[in-house]
Amino acid sequence: MISVGWFLAKRQVKGSNKSTTFLIVFIMMLTFLNLVVVSGILVGLIEGGNRANKDQYTGDVIITTIAGEPEISHTLELRSTLEKMQGISNVSIRYLEPVTIEANYKTRRDFSVLRDTAGTQIAGLTLEDEEALSGISRFVVEGDFLNENESGYILIGANLLHRYSADFGDFFASLEGVYPGEEVRVTVGDNTKTFIVKGILDTKVDQVSLRAFVTKADFLRLVDRTGLNANEIAIKISPNTGFTPDNIKSNLIKAGFGDDGKIQTATEAIPDFLNQITLAFGLLGNVIGLIGIVVASITIFIVIFINAVTRRKYIGIMKGIGISERAIEVSYVFQSIFYALLGGLLGLIVVYGLLVPFFYAHPLNFPFSDGILVAPVGETSFKFFLLLFVTIVAGYIPARQIVKKNTLDSILGR
Amino acid sequence: MTKNIISIKNLHKSYGTKELETPVLRGIDLEVGEGEFLGIMGKSGAGKSTLMYQIGLLDHPTSGEIILNNVNTEKLSMEERTQLRLFELGYVFQDYALIPELSASENVMIPILMQGKSFDEAKKIGQNILDKVGLSNRTHNKPSALSGGEQQRVSIARAMAHNPKILFADEPTANLDTASGHSIIELFKDLHQRGQTIVMVTHEEEYAKYCNRIIHLEDGKIVKESKQK
Repeated sequence: MISVGWFLAKRQVKGSNKSTTFLIVFIMMLTFLNLVVVSGILVGLIEGGNRANKDQYTGDVIITTIAGEPEISHTLELRSTLEKMQGISNVSIRYLEPVTIEANYKTRRDFSVLRDTAGTQIAGLTLEDEEALSGISRFVVEGDFLNENESGYILIGANLLHRYSADFGDFFASLEGVYPGEEVRVTVGDNTKTFIVKGILDTKVDQVSLRAFVTKADFLRLVDRTGLNANEIAIKISPNTGFTPDNIKSNLIKAGFGDDGKIQTATEAIPDFLNQITLAFGLLGNVIGLIGIVVASITIFIVIFINAVTRRKYIGIMKGIGISERAIEVSYVFQSIFYALLGGLLGLIVVYGLLVPFFYAHPLNFPFSDGILVAPVGETSFKFFLLLFVTIVAGYIPARQIVKKNTLDSILGR
Repeated sequence: MTKNIISIKNLHKSYGTKELETPVLRGIDLEVGEGEFLGIMGKSGAGKSTLMYQIGLLDHPTSGEIILNNVNTEKLSMEERTQLRLFELGYVFQDYALIPELSASENVMIPILMQGKSFDEAKKIGQNILDKVGLSNRTHNKPSALSGGEQQRVSIARAMAHNPKILFADEPTANLDTASGHSIIELFKDLHQRGQTIVMVTHEEEYAKYCNRIIHLEDGKIVKESKQK
């Protein structure tokens, strides 16, 4: 039965109109792409942001302060442990303090007008460590990156400047017309110091674009701190070592640092509302994809139905000479499988050979993220087999309807 | 005494609904011996083809008994009927009834494959039988590339490939020119001489004379029977 069905299917496909076959396979491919790409792009909007967040801010594991605590305790011991811990490639210790930055104070003439200020966090960095972890210098869009040997210079996040953040409206305060080379005043508590703007940093990660950055030395001079406990520690895992963020987190907790700071993997550090959006977008994408599957299955139904109806006489003849109904139905199922398999495989090639690398290299430019195409192998495989299954059913039903008609009526065209 | 391979008792066949029933066969009793070449003749609408379809298990009689090779077909399930057609019966249709996308060889192979034989075996059997019907050099041709006579030969080859107990032929020469028609009948004669049981519907007297027994149908009844030498 299977071999006869396969034999008949092969011959039918081979003998059918090539343009029609191409069209059907093309529809299957588009259906598959619709199923994968729509939800993949929607999820990728958020995932792109999450990846940028990991690459540019959290690293694979991030340690922040426990709620109510001003600092991460035992920072130096923690750092020492991290340096010796297996699986870790880079660590960046960040010192943070809320500050007010004032610009254009030299040119302010009308004292009835509010001062040009913006509240933000200033981050004190060890530049080499931060560069190794996040490549922060690549986001300098104006001026230059900081130099560890220089003092009195500041990097300003672009979203603190009006000319970069105008599109966000009055969502947060921003400074007017600050350019590299100009001076700004940075106030923390009773301390005010003047810095020269070295450069402007622009990324889509708010924790970078909404901060100002100075060297660790300048930070400690600005802020009255007695200890060297940090506020953030970002950790990057060495690739291909088999260590996962969960391993590192677990090792840190086992080493007794669980009470010194809030240890989170990059995934855990994603705000829950973003996870909810990811789920919602994924669902929306799947609904849109399922509509495509319904359309494709109707297409296959019609194709097989027309094929079987126009061949009703030959179906009757085959039944008459002893070919079982099952064998004939199997031949139509094989034809459906052919269309779905070929269309799906072409779709897979387009997704992984073209679209995923393309969007990785040229992400979609959204204000809050670089949108990529997310197509996990497991999920994509599931969608491939879903398309295959639905197509098989859509091909079987009309075939069964025609095949079970009376043999003699079919032969005689009654 | 020759064994009866076909035995029909009080066969009736009607079409239509109970309210508007059209009887086509009205109580046919018939026995066909093994190795017999039976011709069924009659005017158009007499019920010739209908009778053959009932005997050939392509249709269900309204009432009556059909026994083929000692098997009472009344009690057979649909699958059993299909199996009987596949293994025991062969058909030659008026319009050849070949599958257009299969070559001559593949048309012959299909029922052999269905019987469970391997592709190579089926191909070999198909080739042999096409040689016997004189089509050894046309095996790869599709039906559209064959003449009417050649298509009918392929149809005969397909019907004979599995050595059926009974060969049914419904007006096998109706769509053929005289020369082709004669060659087809000669094939049947040859098969008959080798012991094949054949039931042939025809309206042509010159071909009916090849049969060794002819029944004449009129209004769904056998009105005349003659034996030939």
